[in-house]
Amino acid sequence: MAETALTQTGGTLARPEGWRGIAADWASDQRSFKTASWGKTMMWIFLLSDTFIFSCFLLSYMTVRSSTTVPWPNPSEVFSLHIGGQDIPLILIAIMTFVLISSSGTMAMAVNYGYRRDRFKTAVLMLVTAAFGATFVGMQAFEWTKLIMEGVRPWGNPWGAPQFGSTFFMITGFHGTHVSIGVIFLIIIARKVWRGDFDVEKKGFFTSRKGRYEIVEITGLYWHFVDLVWVFIFAFFYLW
Amino acid sequence: MAHATAHATAHAAEPGATTRAAGHEEGQQHPIKLYLVVWGWLFVLSTFSYLVDYFHLHGLLRWGLILLFMMLKAGLIVAFFMHMKWERLALTYAILLPPILVLVFVAIMASESHYTLFTRLNFFGAGPGG
Repeated sequence: MAETALTQTGGTLARPEGWRGIAADWASDQRSFKTASWGKTMMWIFLLSDTFIFSCFLLSYMTVRSSTTVPWPNPSEVFSLHIGGQDIPLILIAIMTFVLISSSGTMAMAVNYGYRRDRFKTAVLMLVTAAFGATFVGMQAFEWTKLIMEGVRPWGNPWGAPQFGSTFFMITGFHGTHVSIGVIFLIIIARKVWRGDFDVEKKGFFTSRKGRYEIVEITGLYWHFVDLVWVFIFAFFYLW
Repeated sequence: MAHATAHATAHAAEPGATTRAAGHEEGQQHPIKLYLVVWGWLFVLSTFSYLVDYFHLHGLLRWGLILLFMMLKAGLIVAFFMHMKWERLALTYAILLPPILVLVFVAIMASESHYTLFTRLNFFGAGPGG
């Protein structure tokens, strides 16, 4: 009987920290991730697999760029915009970066208000995040249109190595798809927050489990990951 | 909000949970100010990395700064926005160690592409379309 009581309060007992803690958690014969729920853990594992996908894209980009004998187009010039009579390098990409970072900021605050059970602020902040995301995708569509008009194709472009087009469309296209899916995901969850699904623990249509505000944090994990991938694309593709 | 199984989330359900200090419990609660500070730093670091291009820095300085700002931004996002700082190390290492192993793949492909470039230059010349 005493043991049963112990198991139930297991989560509140102090667990060892550091390497000893890692060994204890993994060897505990229960669940390894003591503070993360199954939903959060699964999102992290999905994001890990997604990391490998984007790693492969960036790796193939590195491989073709460093093995070509033809000069690589200068991204600083390719992505410049003509504003006010002069060319400003990378300005659109810089604005897109700030838009995405802002969306991450509003998302982090939405998670915070979600756990405070402030339905209104959570839903509004999530919708603001979705609006930033949609803005980002819109600017990306503008960028793609501009480059396609200038003659960039997956098999060639006017400025140099033909691999520029294929890696550009592949990497930014895949990232843009992630942002678009994120916007849809955000709107669906924001609607549920607004409706109060998580206050009454309404069951989800897919998992049939009780809805909890943690889903806002899990949505946030996905969204921050999209921002995170952009940090790497910005550094390696646009700045390098 | 009484559900016996999810003992950890019960913390978040309490009205007083907002003032609770950052801990290892589920239902991450941190002051909004923390997020605003991180947000501000991300803006500053992004501006810096944009300025690296704007001022046409070259060579090792350029690549070093790009990588530095990139890693700082990535670290801030993962640690604070994604709450990795407050997860237990068992999860942190399970998620963060595997991507680091990608560096092995990077080394392999860097070596491979240098070899490809070497063969192209030696057997096809340096001309366009080589």
